[in-house]
Amino acid sequence: MLFDELLDKLITETTSLSLPGFSVELCLSATIVAMLMMRLVNLDRFVPASVTAILGAFAALIFTWLQFRQIGAADAVVSQKIFTGLLIHDTFTVFFRAFLSLFLLLTIALTSLTGIPDNEDGPDFYALLFGATIGLMIMASANSLLMLFVGVEMASVPSYAMVGFLKGRKPSSEAALKFVVYGAGAAGVMLYGISLIAGVLGTADMSLLAIRLGEAAAGGSGGLSDPELRAVSLGILLVMVGLAFKLSLVPFHFWCPDAFEGASAEVAGFLSVASKAGAFGLLVRFALALSGAPGTESLMIAFGVGIGFIACVTTTFGNLAAYSQTNLKRLLAYSTIAHAGYMVMAVSALLVMSNSPKAASMQIDINRSVEGLLFYLFVYLFMNLGAFAVVAIARNHTFSEEVDSFKGLVSQSPTLCIVMLICMFSLVGMPPFGGFFGKFTIFASAFKAGDVHWFMYVVVAFGALNTVFSLVYYLRVLKTMFMDARPADARPVPVQLGSLESIYVIALASFVFLLGVLPQFLSATAGAAAQSLAKF
Amino acid sequence: MNPEFLLSAIIFAPSVGALILALLIDSKNTEAMRLFAFATTAVTFGLTLVLWLGEFHADAPGMQLEVVEPWIPTWNVYYRLGVDGISMPLVLLTSLISMLSMGASWSITKHVKGYMVLFLLLETGMMGVFLALDFFLFYVFWEVMLLPMYFLIGVWGGPRKEYAAIKFFLYTLAGSVLMLVAMLMFYFSSSSSGAQADGFNLIRLAEAATAGTLLSPEMQITAFIMLFIGFAIKLPAFPVHTWLPDAHVEAPTPISMILAGVLLKMGGYGIIRIAFPLCPYGAQYLAYTMVAIGVISIIYGAFAALAQTDFKRLVAYSSVSHMGYVLLGLAVWKINEQTGETMNSEYWQMGLNGAMFQMIAHGISSAGMFFMVGVIYDRVHHRDLNKFGGLMGKMPLYGGLSAGLFFAGLGLPGLCGFIGEVFVVLSTWSYNPALAIVAASGVILTAGYILWAMQRVYLGAEYKGPHPEDLTPMNIREQSIAVTLLALAIFLGVYPVIMFNDMTPSISRMAKAAEAGYQQSADQLNQDEMQAAQR
Repeated sequence: MLFDELLDKLITETTSLSLPGFSVELCLSATIVAMLMMRLVNLDRFVPASVTAILGAFAALIFTWLQFRQIGAADAVVSQKIFTGLLIHDTFTVFFRAFLSLFLLLTIALTSLTGIPDNEDGPDFYALLFGATIGLMIMASANSLLMLFVGVEMASVPSYAMVGFLKGRKPSSEAALKFVVYGAGAAGVMLYGISLIAGVLGTADMSLLAIRLGEAAAGGSGGLSDPELRAVSLGILLVMVGLAFKLSLVPFHFWCPDAFEGASAEVAGFLSVASKAGAFGLLVRFALALSGAPGTESLMIAFGVGIGFIACVTTTFGNLAAYSQTNLKRLLAYSTIAHAGYMVMAVSALLVMSNSPKAASMQIDINRSVEGLLFYLFVYLFMNLGAFAVVAIARNHTFSEEVDSFKGLVSQSPTLCIVMLICMFSLVGMPPFGGFFGKFTIFASAFKAGDVHWFMYVVVAFGALNTVFSLVYYLRVLKTMFMDARPADARPVPVQLGSLESIYVIALASFVFLLGVLPQFLSATAGAAAQSLAKF
Repeated sequence: MNPEFLLSAIIFAPSVGALILALLIDSKNTEAMRLFAFATTAVTFGLTLVLWLGEFHADAPGMQLEVVEPWIPTWNVYYRLGVDGISMPLVLLTSLISMLSMGASWSITKHVKGYMVLFLLLETGMMGVFLALDFFLFYVFWEVMLLPMYFLIGVWGGPRKEYAAIKFFLYTLAGSVLMLVAMLMFYFSSSSSGAQADGFNLIRLAEAATAGTLLSPEMQITAFIMLFIGFAIKLPAFPVHTWLPDAHVEAPTPISMILAGVLLKMGGYGIIRIAFPLCPYGAQYLAYTMVAIGVISIIYGAFAALAQTDFKRLVAYSSVSHMGYVLLGLAVWKINEQTGETMNSEYWQMGLNGAMFQMIAHGISSAGMFFMVGVIYDRVHHRDLNKFGGLMGKMPLYGGLSAGLFFAGLGLPGLCGFIGEVFVVLSTWSYNPALAIVAASGVILTAGYILWAMQRVYLGAEYKGPHPEDLTPMNIREQSIAVTLLALAIFLGVYPVIMFNDMTPSISRMAKAAEAGYQQSADQLNQDEMQAAQR
């Protein structure tokens, strides 16, 4: 093939396939440029950056919707490699794009309601936010180990800056520094892991990993005594460490409470939802890329069980540590850790089931584990953002994020309190709120995975037990809001029904409720996204 | 009215009322809110009466008026409702007690709107539990009750309300999480046998259990233990009853009435609707344990009641004791170990009937007792048994009505408490005479604490406690609630057949199915043993 033929092919592929498939990210990038340019010519005095950002995020949402329609119209599960196989464009990717653009829109709406950042810093803040979101989208669509790393870094670096965005506040800078140091370490470890995998298997293309792994295992014992497999296993382990850092799994969670406490509630909400979602998308892709290689099943099941063990430890630790917190953001940080644990249970079930000898007959259950994870993520978006939004709105009036500052809030702004109630009960996993169905699907798939390995029953038991544990500290917050008396010297929180803030939080809470009462719409979409990953 | 719509209307009428109340009625107009909420519960009660008198056929043993609508098709979850002889009396009891305790809610003066809304949501949850035939739906309603209950105790309760509320919540949630795991066991075992569409259908699951194809005998025991713990917490049975005295004592009077009158019945209902039919082998295997727990609850509850000085706590412990009879009556299932056949099946059915009747009777008598305690507490603001006395002279009507309701709780012949207890004890004799004697002697203890309490509160020369000037006669509202409850206690005691007519066909059907299911599992085990021996 001649060079210009190659070039022609590349150009047609890029313009006809890759760029349309990448339209959402491009739209977000264009918005960043627009915001920065507008400041250059002082346009941002007349059109605030938040307006540009909302328009950009909205446009991104429309592009995602178009992609959804396109995929639905084809009436088949589309799985298209774009940019010469660096990224993958399928229903799963589009699902995450939709998730992230929706979340971006909601976060910007929240920041413009609460006034962090101010107009002067707006372009900077939103540029960081958009950049991180693009990184997260790349994480969810990565098809190459290289893009895996690029995505993680692209999402992380803006996050560091956002955590430290409250300039001049000491805890904020401290949190950002901790986050950076920890993140840099994790990134290094992950990069080493990637180099081990790519070095032994001779490819960075994730769709080839399972085949190469099978070839490497062929003839050997299939266990850790095989030096090649040993190196790959170490690589997988190190990549998992990097992802565990992003997901704040125990024992890589130390940054999380500090970062959440130091950052503003809006940023903490972003970190706890979007950043987790991107990492989960990546984890699912990574786990599936390594699954199903003949000869390595028992090794991969062992990985699945190990992740299950981490999940148990993480939820238990997160829930128990949340008990003694007096700062509401810190409490929610530990709750985030615990919820990451619940969601990792789905990944563990996924790994265990897709590597079982019966995997082909369990395809429906494998899909359901991904579906459960995606559903949970979506509900988690609304319930956790709702909780952080209430914290942020109340903070604007009381200048405090301590649990005690919420004492007896129900007498002053019942709307905020009822929204918090709905979000927290959903976080516990009580019907009729969406959190219940999410938890139910995850427990169900972990239970099903118990057919393959007994340890998954233990995982279910831990999940169930933790539901009870978590009740105590959520109820403590609700008790403070509903049952204690408002101290006489407390600053008033006059958020009336009908104000923009109340409409915003009510919208979030009604989604939490709707997803619990009518889960099938989202669960069908999530099912389609899971289907696009199916191997059998 | 379309009969299929009727069941949904019964469940959601209170919610609709709550929505209207929350959005349309001005929260300053307390009286309007109370009247509206009362009207909503009265309409619900009316609907259940229509169901009972107009649509329900007492002689048909199976499910009636079934409603099936897909809810979450990908998971085979259906909105499936129905009523039979086991749930019908409990539905009636629920709507009646809800209406009466709403009538007793005039004593609530703080945040009236929130109270009324939560109360009505609670009623929706309770009705849903008794009418749901889909396990998932049952679970959802079961949990939906917790949220309003937590706040009803925690906001409007007594001095230790927060402790009591969270204790109640934690206990019940722990039980329901176990139930969730058992639910997953049934779901996946039915999906592996190809009947995925029926994974949550309680009727189909019970049929599969009767045919012995649902769970293996060992799995049945595991599942039954998980379900039983969940329901025993609600019942409450001896080692897991400790939430009850706290919750009852701290809850405001109307909520104590609901707790004792309806919520405790859900434990018994869950056992008879889910645990027994779905794991007959597990149920039989643990029958002796359950009988023992029942007897211990009876005796322990009675002794604990004897030791109380708080009037409300005494009534609360009497509930533990009385609900022990329910468990006892359910569990007296005796099997011939060699053949796997049920011995004296008619006695077990008698026990089941007695247990069901005891649930209804206790619903009425204990709600009445809590109400009577509440009436006096509203006046003198204390409940110390040693600081009462002479109320019969000061408030003769109150004294008389109370005496009637307490005697109903005691189990005096001619009142409702007697029938259930005597049925249960008689059937226990066939199971194990020694335990029957122990259980029967519980009646003496019951008589002891009730008579002693009455002596200290109503009899005596004069009232010794604080606020003697507030001992005013009952008003019309209070009188009508107390009279209704007492009239029902007498009526059911004299004419219990009105309930037995409804219950017996469904109960004997359930018992026969469970016996057949046990037989299947026992045969299966025998075959396995024989094969193992041949090898």
